[in-house]
Order: sequence, then C-alpha cells, then structure tokens
Amino acid sequence: MQFVNFGKSFALSIFFLALVGCSSDPKKSGSSSGGGSGSEVRADAAASGGISGSEGSGKAGGMPQMMKVYFDFDRSAIKSSARKTIEMHAKYMSMNNASRVILEGHCDERGTVEYNLALGERRANSVKRVLIANGVNPDQIETVSFGEERPAMPGHDESAWSKNRRVEFKYQN
Amino acid sequence: MSLSALLRIPVILSCVVLLLLQSFLTRAELVIEITQGRASAIPISVVPFVWKVEGPEIEDVAAIIRSNLKLSGHFNTLSPTEMLSLPKTTADIYYRDWRLLKQDYVVIGSLSIDEGTKDYVATIELLDVFQKKTIMVHDARGDHSQLRAIAHYLSDKIYERLTGIPGAFSTRIAYVSTTMERKSFRLEVADADGYNAKSILQSSESIISPAWSPDGKRIAYVSFENDRSEIFIHDLDSGKRTLVANFKGINSSPRFSPDGRYLAATLSKDGNAEIYVLNLATGSWRRLTNHYAIDTEASWTPDSKAVLFTSSRSGKPQIYQVELATGEVERLTFEGNYNARAQMTHDGKYLILVHQMEQGGDFYIASLDLKRGSTQVLTGDTALDESPCISPNGSMILYAANFRGRTILAAVSVDGQVRHLLPAKTGEVREPSWGPILH
Repeated sequence: MQFVNFGKSFALSIFFLALVGCSSDPKKSGSSSGGGSGSEVRADAAASGGISGSEGSGKAGGMPQMMKVYFDFDRSAIKSSARKTIEMHAKYMSMNNASRVILEGHCDERGTVEYNLALGERRANSVKRVLIANGVNPDQIETVSFGEERPAMPGHDESAWSKNRRVEFKYQN
Repeated sequence: MSLSALLRIPVILSCVVLLLLQSFLTRAELVIEITQGRASAIPISVVPFVWKVEGPEIEDVAAIIRSNLKLSGHFNTLSPTEMLSLPKTTADIYYRDWRLLKQDYVVIGSLSIDEGTKDYVATIELLDVFQKKTIMVHDARGDHSQLRAIAHYLSDKIYERLTGIPGAFSTRIAYVSTTMERKSFRLEVADADGYNAKSILQSSESIISPAWSPDGKRIAYVSFENDRSEIFIHDLDSGKRTLVANFKGINSSPRFSPDGRYLAATLSKDGNAEIYVLNLATGSWRRLTNHYAIDTEASWTPDSKAVLFTSSRSGKPQIYQVELATGEVERLTFEGNYNARAQMTHDGKYLILVHQMEQGGDFYIASLDLKRGSTQVLTGDTALDESPCISPNGSMILYAANFRGRTILAAVSVDGQVRHLLPAKTGEVREPSWGPILH
C-alpha cells in the first residue's frame, strides 16, 4: 500500500511539474518562434491529461496547444471538431519545415486487441491525410499505433473511453 | 537504539516489501473459481490415494485429479469427507455404498516408489458402480517434481475413458500478466490449471497476441518493447528470441498454421493492415488479402488450407475466410454489429468469436453454427470479453474479460454451460493462448 501511495504522490508531483512547465512555456515559445526545446514540455503536459488549451490562442507560427484529436467508437473518420486542430498543426508544420511529428493512434478498450491495433493506425493515417492535404510534406510525418495498449485515462466507461479514442501529436524537435 | 539505526529500519522494511512484491510478481498464478457447472455432470469419487512412500505425502494426487475433473464441467466430484469409506483396493469396495451416494464411478489409487529407478509410480483403477467392475487400470511415473504432471496425465486418461474426448489437463497456457497500473508486463507460461507459472519475458511495454506453435516448443507474440508493434518467435527451451517482423507500420496477430509450416500475421507495410503468410522454411512473406479496409486477426482452419480473418470491409468488423490456394474470399458472419477474432472449432462446425449484438451493446464470446447460421452468446458474467482461444481438445474456451473493474481470464465451455473465472492472485491478466496436447 505504501508503494501505491508513493506512486500516486510521485505521479502528482510529475503532474504539477508538467503544469509549471506548461504555464511558463508560452512565453518561451513566443520568443523562440516554436520548435524549440520548450515544445517537448508542452507535448508531455498535454499527454499527461487534464490540460485544456483554447484552440485559437496559438500565435501565428507558434505550436498549436491541442495535441490530441478524438474519434467515435470504431471510426477513423475525422470529426469536424478535430479538423480545426489538425489544420492548425498543418499550418505550423508547413511554416516550420524542420518540425517532425509522430502521430500516435489509440483506441478505447472495447472490441478486440488486434483489431484495435489496426484501427489505431487507421486513425493516425486519417490525421496524416488531412495534414498532407493542408500542405505538410509527408516526410515530416510518421505514424504509429498502440491500439488499446496505452489508455490516456483509466476506467471502464464512456468518460474514459472517449478520451482514449485519440490521435496524439508527438513533436520530435 | 541509535537514531541512525532507527532510520535504517524503514529502508530494510521497504526492501523486504519489494522482495515480497517481486516474488508475487514472478508467481502470477491464477486462482480458479467455478461459477457455473453442467447439470448433467457425471458423479465420480476420487478416493484419497494410498501413500506407500516413506515420509509425508508431498502432493495430494487424488485432490488434483478431483479438481481437474470438476473444472472440466463434465463431472461432479464427491469430497472425501462425504465418502462412507476410503477403499484402498478393489477388495475394499462396497458398490452398494457408492450407489447410495449416487456415484457412477469411483477412482482408487496408490503412490509408491519403483525400487529400481527410484521413480514415483501412481497407479489408478477406474471402477464402474453399476457394472460393479474395473473398467480401466493405468499408471504413470516420474520424479518428485512431476507429481502434478502425473496427476494431470491420469486425469486425461479418466476424462478420455468416460467422455470419449482427449483430456487437456496436461497442456500449458500462455498469458500476459500486468500490474493494475499496466506499468510492467510479463509473458507467462503455466499449467492449464494455473499452477507452475513462469515468466518467459518481462517488459515495461505491452506484450500481446501470444500464439503457440503446434509442437508446443515456441510462442510467437507481439512486443512493443521498441515503442512499436513487432513480432517475435520465442523458443521455450533455449529462451532464444527471433524477431520475425518489424516492417514499417503494424506487425501483429501472429498465428502458426496447424501443420506448422506457416505463420499468418497482420502487416501494414504496404500501406494498410492486410493478412500475410510467412513460409517458416523459406522465410518468404506472401500477401493473402487486398482491401482498403482493415484485415487482421488471422486464424487458421483446422486443415491449414484457409485463414479466417476480421475485416471492416462491410463498414463494421465481420469474419471472412480466404483460401490459401485460390485467394478466394468468403464472408462468414452476418448477424451482429461487431464480430471479431474468430477461431474455428476442431470439427469445423462452429466459429468462436467476440460478438457485439448491436451498436453500444456489450461484448461477449459467442459461437456461430456455420451450418445453421445461428449465433449463441456463451458468456454473461463478465464484461468486455476478448481474445478467446479454444482448448486443444475443443471443449473449453479461455478468454480475457473485465470482472468487477479488473481484467482477468475466464473460461466457458463451447456449449456455454460451464463457466470459470481465473483471476491472478495479484494484478491483471489478459491475452490467453492455449497450448497443444503433446502426449
């Protein structure tokens, strides 16, 4: 039990560290015109969940704040709410030719493990197609699927599932 | 006690806890709970064996046989405390007593040492209460570490004699155990009753899709240890691992053909998830499917001539079959919103699959009668059922599911009448695969 508590407080402190990193980040990225080392912190913060950035707040040329887009069950079609986010990433990536992103496709736990692995890849490819259609060089994009193996949220209900059916933008530089 | 000594105590204590934790993890054994049995189960009594060996009884072989027979669902076993006598030989048997107890069969046995080879020798006699006679005599031998194996072997013999179906008690299963937080993963191999679990691989990343080779010597699986899906074949004797697929895209769903010549798998190296077949002798891959939809979860028909697979080509996952020789594709499932990960029963009559009746509904294990086209849902106590695999004697299905917020293994008979839960003692278990019958 002690270990569990320790794990929790450790996770919490990481979370707070990430928050601190996030709140100090916009100033940095504003001046370094994106793509700097600060971007990694932000991507991590988004990955740890609970950060809700507003989509329009990114300055021209700055890295978009939304690092995830979500999907309907057993679907890889881009929802209209996600399209705006992807287009902002497309804008950023085409203005920053050196940027490289890995699109990570994920699924909720329902359905079968191996089908979900293929579905995760399909979701990542859907996002990739929209990026390319919006002018991003395909060489800047890699895709990977983790299927249902890496849920963003634990739990066995729709509130967790809706957060797990996602593609994450993981910038590499 | 000095302050420094006091401070040292928690450190020592936490080391002990850590060691205990590790020993639990390395023995992620399963606990079997029977939730539903068969009404028509055959009543059988396995009398405690006569221990003719010097020293204490190190393994209760009769109890293991009793537990095996009960778990199969085909038998109801009588507890020794309810027996009117504990006969040692056929001369001690009063059939009237066993009829009174409504028993159809009685097993008596003994354990002795072969003075020449120093082997433990277990001898059993199977008695028919109605015919009042011995219908089978069998023995098995091995060293002290093989007493459980001896019990499983004798269980197989009793089971086969009375049901006509080969027993699968001597087989092994593979599964992936993980902590509740899914931070560490172990591919385990254990006896079919969950005992003797051994980790063959530990990783901080997911391991999925273990699949046995038909000779029981190798297990193919998908590991994410390099942050992407890759297929390995693991030799169980040597522990040697061979990376067989790490193409661009996904590498998943490995399945050995029953004849041992091929490995089917899902690769997306050509842009989209398709079924490929690896010729294990030549190392060459051949593409079997070609469709812009998802094609995955290959599973061989018992004759190794065709591959079943899950495809979303109709818009929802459904089961299809592709002939190896002609490449001809046929759709097999039409009922339900989601049918996936099918396996054909050994007689070729049924598909066992993951089934969701309608959008938003629960996922269950179901059987599809291929002749009649009717689907029967087999499970109901568990949620989010997935990864079904049929026992090598065709009688039980092992699968993974959610039960009270935890991922556990569960089993159901192919007719849905017998149900077990197999949670791990600690943590979660998933991705089961049942090995072949080897003797």
